[in-house]
Amino acid sequence: MSSYSVTEPSARQKWFAGTLVVLYAVITILPLLWIIGTGFKSPSDAIAYPPKTFFEPTLEGYVNLFTTRTRVTEEQLKEMGEPKTWYERLVRKDGLIIAGPSRFPERFYNSVIIGFGSTVLCIVLGTAAAYAFSRFKVPLKDDLLFFILSTRMMPPIAVAIPIFLMFRSLGLNDTHAGMILLYTAVNLSLSVWLLKGFIDEIPIEYEEAALIDGYTRFQAFYKVVLPQAATGIASTAIFCLIFAWNEYAFAVLLTSGTAQTAPPFIPTIIGVGGQDWPAVAAGATLFLVPVMVFTILLRKHLLRGITFGAVRK
Amino acid sequence: MAQIRIENVRKEFGAFTAVQSSSFTVEDGEFFMLLGPSGCGKTTTLRMMAGLELPTSGQIYIGGEEVGMKRARERDIAFVFQMFALYPHMNVRKNISYPLVSQGMKKADVAARVAEVARILRIEGILDKPVGGLSGGDRQRVALGRAIVRNPKAFFMDEPLGALDAEFREHMAGELRALHDRMGATTVYVTHDQLEAMQMGDKIVVMNHGVIEQFGRPQQIYDWPATKFVAKFIGSPSMNFLEFEGMIGVGGDSIDLGGKKVTVPASREGRAGTLSLGVRPEHVRFVDDSSYRGRVIAVEYLGTTQIVTIDTPNGEIKARTPSSQAARTDELVGLDFNARTLTLFNAETGRALVSEANEGVQRRG
Repeated sequence: MSSYSVTEPSARQKWFAGTLVVLYAVITILPLLWIIGTGFKSPSDAIAYPPKTFFEPTLEGYVNLFTTRTRVTEEQLKEMGEPKTWYERLVRKDGLIIAGPSRFPERFYNSVIIGFGSTVLCIVLGTAAAYAFSRFKVPLKDDLLFFILSTRMMPPIAVAIPIFLMFRSLGLNDTHAGMILLYTAVNLSLSVWLLKGFIDEIPIEYEEAALIDGYTRFQAFYKVVLPQAATGIASTAIFCLIFAWNEYAFAVLLTSGTAQTAPPFIPTIIGVGGQDWPAVAAGATLFLVPVMVFTILLRKHLLRGITFGAVRK
Repeated sequence: MAQIRIENVRKEFGAFTAVQSSSFTVEDGEFFMLLGPSGCGKTTTLRMMAGLELPTSGQIYIGGEEVGMKRARERDIAFVFQMFALYPHMNVRKNISYPLVSQGMKKADVAARVAEVARILRIEGILDKPVGGLSGGDRQRVALGRAIVRNPKAFFMDEPLGALDAEFREHMAGELRALHDRMGATTVYVTHDQLEAMQMGDKIVVMNHGVIEQFGRPQQIYDWPATKFVAKFIGSPSMNFLEFEGMIGVGGDSIDLGGKKVTVPASREGRAGTLSLGVRPEHVRFVDDSSYRGRVIAVEYLGTTQIVTIDTPNGEIKARTPSSQAARTDELVGLDFNARTLTLFNAETGRALVSEANEGVQRRG
């Protein structure tokens, strides 16, 4: 008979847990894989029934995503001679020519500016506020903290109309600054609360040691507290970025031209030249990349961040 | 190094008074213990000396300079925390050199100082390790290294051995004391452990409820406690108190304890009413022909000595006697006390009556 441990899971338990995790991973990643796959399908493959799991990959979706195209007659096509590039050849097949670049890169750029801009602002303001709440005697501290949290107690979109009117009179409609400000306002409460928790966990002795070692309060803050809070800051940044990056409703309402982000733009691709699902899927795939890269870069911190403070070290 | 003087220092947190008006002096080069139970204000006192708290009123002098309202970094002192507070994102070398870097010292000089400190503390081998993986003792040494590297005017330590396990604490206490003797640095050390205080301190301040109960050398405090609190807090088992109704006049040198005449050091003050006779357990003797008798209730064997608990007409007391002296439960024993070591207390106020034996040490700090 083999001895068994109380804390070490048995082989069967491990197998069961493993299966569960794999199953869950497959379920969550399947739609993602399907979208990535659809991006490489031809339009007819994309809407084929029964759905095609195996297909001949093409970059048509990506070409369509980045270009605008117009239909021309066969005579005109012949007059133009041989296509010069691989993507022109791809487009000509359907009797189309490339009329110019699409607005996708601009929209993508807007998303990056607004998403990362609001995240940075959220972290800077959030860390400062959280540090103050954590370390200083703030009058009405608990009430203020509750007030900050209460801004998240209704769905932000409930105040869409007032915000729209406010933005219009302030001239913030369809501007980067306006969107950064809006997403920062929505995320800041989360950021303050999360970061306060992380900073609370950092023993005050570290700062006191630095103060005695000859540093000013501010030096102690950025040389000792900030490196300690890196984990919390990273996970908070991920949460803020994901929200700002994916936000759709406000983006539809408040942006149309200069500051439009990718989420409201991607669905508009559908309307151009039939239901172009591969282009939409291509847009969605590219749209995923920054958040994915950001999350993978900070993954180590994120994992530590979520379990932070749960176990006394 | 410097003398530290505390004058009428007081600290209030809102309505709560953490430290009542306190005064004492730490002489240059002294190893000075702030001793008391938790919440007695000892840590607050230390933090005020270090500049981590500002006193509500009073003056603090370090090396003759009034620093009460100065920032910690302007006081030129070093602090060792109970949890060490080593910067976790730096390795040992960086931790130790950090206070020097803040002063803008040249790199070569920093390296030389760090090497010297590492040699003193015998931690040359771990200089490039991260502090996370260090043992408790090594962390302690690094924390000390960070303190001594700067050659500050004084060292302040807040229960620096509290986080170590018992066996190692003993060892570090010895190391700490040896380090102090070698460097001769003025050191103020906070602890709640009376043994640690007695073992290491040149001088001890005993605090309770924000009040300084007594101030003096370890032996003075042990032999001649100023209050019942000090008598109980220091020594294990603590001092026995035999309560009785009686009186003693100025110059009186005996009391009447349940019919037995007990000789005490000649009193300098008179008092009638409820008194407490304070006897250290090791000063209780078994004398067969004594008229003052008690019943043995328990015997704890401790190797060379034993602790005998005795029920007397004036309450339960403990005696420390040689193990060779037989004592059986339920036995009636005659008791006698070593006259030169007794202290009489006013049972109501808890203050010791001044006698010829303790008058030299009964001046409150």
